[in-house]
Amino acid sequence: MAHHKISVTVNGSVESVDVPSNMTLLTMLREKLGLTGTKNGCTAGECGACTVFLDGEPVNSCLVLAVECDGAEVRTVESLARNGQLDPIQQSVIDHNAVQCGFCTPGVLISARALLDRNPDPSEEEIRDALVGNLCRCTGYVRILDAVKDAARVGAAAGNGGSR
Amino acid sequence: MDTVETTTPRPHQENAAPRPVGESVTRLDAHEKVTGEALFADDLQFGPNMLYARIKRSPHPHARILKIDASQALALPGVKTVVTGQSTPGFIGLYLKDRHIFCTDRARFVGDPVAGVAAVTEEIAERALDLIHVEYEVLPPVLDPEDGVRPDAELLHPELDSYEVANFIFPQPGTNIPNLFKIRKGDVDKALSEAAAVVHHSFRVPHVQHVPIEPHVAIAKVDERGRVTLWGSSQSPFAQRNLIASALGISQADLEVVAPYVGGGFGCKAGVSMEALAVAIAMQVRGRPVKLRLTREEEFYTTFVRQGLVAHFTMACDAEGNLTAMDNKFYWDGGAYAEYGVNMTRGAGYSSSGPYDVPNVRTDSFCVYTNHPVGGPMRGFGQPEMQCGLEQCINRLALEIGMDPMEFRRRNCVKEGSNLVTGMKMHATGIGECIEKAAEAIGWGHKDPPSAPHKRRGKGIAAMWKAPAMSPNAGSSAWIEMSEDGKCTLGLGGQEIGQGTFTVMAQMAAATLGIPYDWVRIASPVDTKYSPYEWQTVASRLTWSMGNAVVAAAKDARRQILELVARSWEETPEDLDIVNGNVISAKSGRSSSLKGLVVYGLAKPGDQGWIGGPILGRGSFMPTYVTGLDPETGQGERAVVHYTTGAQAVEVEVDLETGRVQVLRGASAFDMGKAINPDLVNVQMEGGLVQGISTALFESLQLQDGVVRNPSFVDYRIATSADAPRDMQSIIVEVPQDDGPFGARGVGEHSMVPTMPAIANAIHDALGIHPGAPPFTAEKVYLAMVDAGLVK
Repeated sequence: MAHHKISVTVNGSVESVDVPSNMTLLTMLREKLGLTGTKNGCTAGECGACTVFLDGEPVNSCLVLAVECDGAEVRTVESLARNGQLDPIQQSVIDHNAVQCGFCTPGVLISARALLDRNPDPSEEEIRDALVGNLCRCTGYVRILDAVKDAARVGAAAGNGGSR
Repeated sequence: MDTVETTTPRPHQENAAPRPVGESVTRLDAHEKVTGEALFADDLQFGPNMLYARIKRSPHPHARILKIDASQALALPGVKTVVTGQSTPGFIGLYLKDRHIFCTDRARFVGDPVAGVAAVTEEIAERALDLIHVEYEVLPPVLDPEDGVRPDAELLHPELDSYEVANFIFPQPGTNIPNLFKIRKGDVDKALSEAAAVVHHSFRVPHVQHVPIEPHVAIAKVDERGRVTLWGSSQSPFAQRNLIASALGISQADLEVVAPYVGGGFGCKAGVSMEALAVAIAMQVRGRPVKLRLTREEEFYTTFVRQGLVAHFTMACDAEGNLTAMDNKFYWDGGAYAEYGVNMTRGAGYSSSGPYDVPNVRTDSFCVYTNHPVGGPMRGFGQPEMQCGLEQCINRLALEIGMDPMEFRRRNCVKEGSNLVTGMKMHATGIGECIEKAAEAIGWGHKDPPSAPHKRRGKGIAAMWKAPAMSPNAGSSAWIEMSEDGKCTLGLGGQEIGQGTFTVMAQMAAATLGIPYDWVRIASPVDTKYSPYEWQTVASRLTWSMGNAVVAAAKDARRQILELVARSWEETPEDLDIVNGNVISAKSGRSSSLKGLVVYGLAKPGDQGWIGGPILGRGSFMPTYVTGLDPETGQGERAVVHYTTGAQAVEVEVDLETGRVQVLRGASAFDMGKAINPDLVNVQMEGGLVQGISTALFESLQLQDGVVRNPSFVDYRIATSADAPRDMQSIIVEVPQDDGPFGARGVGEHSMVPTMPAIANAIHDALGIHPGAPPFTAEKVYLAMVDAGLVK
């Protein structure tokens, strides 16, 4: 298997990584960089647990090859909280008891943050649509919907659309 | 040892529980779960010495294994070992030891492990599987439980009579029946002949999968002396220690199971499913960690399934609407090995009246070996499947006699003192209140107009009960260790699988000890080497059972602290209390923080030495009062520890053009004795309702000739964010449990037990069609409407 040296910005830090051609972004994050917050639920782009930002867009990192990320910017769940300060969507998920087992949570948070970044005041239907690719078996979803709505409200009050 | 021998109910006192019991404090695992810091088994790092395992599986539902040739696989560079059944001949099984870790002479389902490979990468291990050549002699399969009980059926376990079995499971030698549970109460035939109304219906409830978002993963390492460490996503670290050690013939003390957070369990990570495979492989490559993680496809077809059920119900009532008789036959599709299926068969039997007072009951509940995936525990442990048909029959009987189905249920539901189906006397229960409140919450008796002319609306209700189905003497233990500043670490062996058990245990410890909630830390991950014993995280038993152990440990620590301070202050412990982390005296008014004294003790006056020492509280709990039941009649004094009861009511809208059923709203009301954390109870009710809706409307593991045809999220659809009803009401009913901590009993599984029949009954209310067995897919409902002439 051919290997490639790639340079990728992960959570603000430039990383030089040696990756085989068939390695996914998910595997690179988890096994090369030790960023295990991003989860592997199906390796087929069907559950959303591995959702990360790739150049600002939410993607299933199990469907992206690491070599494609040469020169790209990746952000994972580990980047949401900064200096001990949670992102409003993280705080809102806690406040609404929208986390149970927590395995889908990193992917849900990225999808929700991506939604709020492009649409600071989403309707309930828009929230449901944005999260339809993030499967959750525990919560029954409504708490997650409420958490996103509330994070949007907090963001609007802060005048920044919920983004930090 | 904290044991409770009596069952005298305590009077219920409102708000009697000390803070923070009864408060919806923030989950203590929430912060690390939103930051990505929370560790799950696959997140643990083992370094470059780790090997990866893959499993060669039987492609046949039933076959004799004639020969396994692994020479080519072993020759592949990077392959370190190939393991077959020859190296692990011991038997394994929770209630009935009928299984080898790897198949020895016979494969009994598609996916049965035949060989295992360890290699330096997952890709090489996967490639090696194709280089293992297995010769099979294909045998006729048993693919239906009713076929399996026929006298001429192919025997899947001819050695059934030689297997080691728990004394409450009754295998029938010479058959495919690893357990037959019977109820014989009253005179069913007489009651049926005298009845005013009788209904008889049969249901085939399909297999479904648990579908946690985290797949199964296990990492095993065996040292040169043969001592084993197993890291895994596990609901049952102690049961795994026991079962795997027994199968391998090693001491339980030499097998350590480390179990970090579980990314969803729902039962599939209980007992031993795939973990022993990793251990057996690691035995052959000592010193190296071996990781086995299942693919999503394997997750669907090789792990425990919620077993299928064929159920036949006959039930009768008198002219006043009093239930008089039930005659039930259940054929459980137990799959290739007995595992939990034998106990679900039993649980269904001793709950086979549903939550009703029925004087005459006859039940035969058969667990049947088939060449299907292995029946395991899934949220509800057989009750959603069994009560799916039972609660539809109750509805039909009510309508038959001309009574409102809600009123019929309220009239017939069990009450304190009812003579239950096993002869046990019912304890105090709030089921009547649950039925009323759930119905009221959705506007029972009032029909709203549909949202469009081509739609129809309907309302349905179902009641439920469920007891923890477990070994009669399943135990719990806990310890509390104080740190210098008065905070504490709580040791326990039950698992945080998302239900919030760490949080409610911390609440109970804080309330008992007299310290703030945020002073409690959980000693996690659960590790059998350091954590106190816990039977398993199943049966919705932790809040009750582990809670009792935690309260006992906190009381023990508190007693030690108060005795120490009393001695120092020359007072009596009875005059002292711990409030908000300070010891106070009601008598003298003195007060002292816990800081220091809980570790260093207290100095005697005049520098004359010290008293006390590090405080270590310990507690354990085991129910001691459950009795055996007669194998012929199922009668005995105390079949179970208790029943949690409840009800759900739903409103649905059915699209006449597509057959699509939408649940518009749902109300759940359950009696959990005491809600230690009310909002965590609410989210259990919401999550359970949506999982119930998912199984009612979408889910079915499609088995064709023993092959799972839909092993992916695309083909096996579960509820998504688009499917959850906006309007979900959760109603907490609190009739205290006499031997529960603060009066609590479990509620985690119960919230999906009545959902399938509640929806079925609502569909009937909307269309006049009985949808029968789930899932009530758009296609099934549409075709039923065509058959009924509702649409053309």
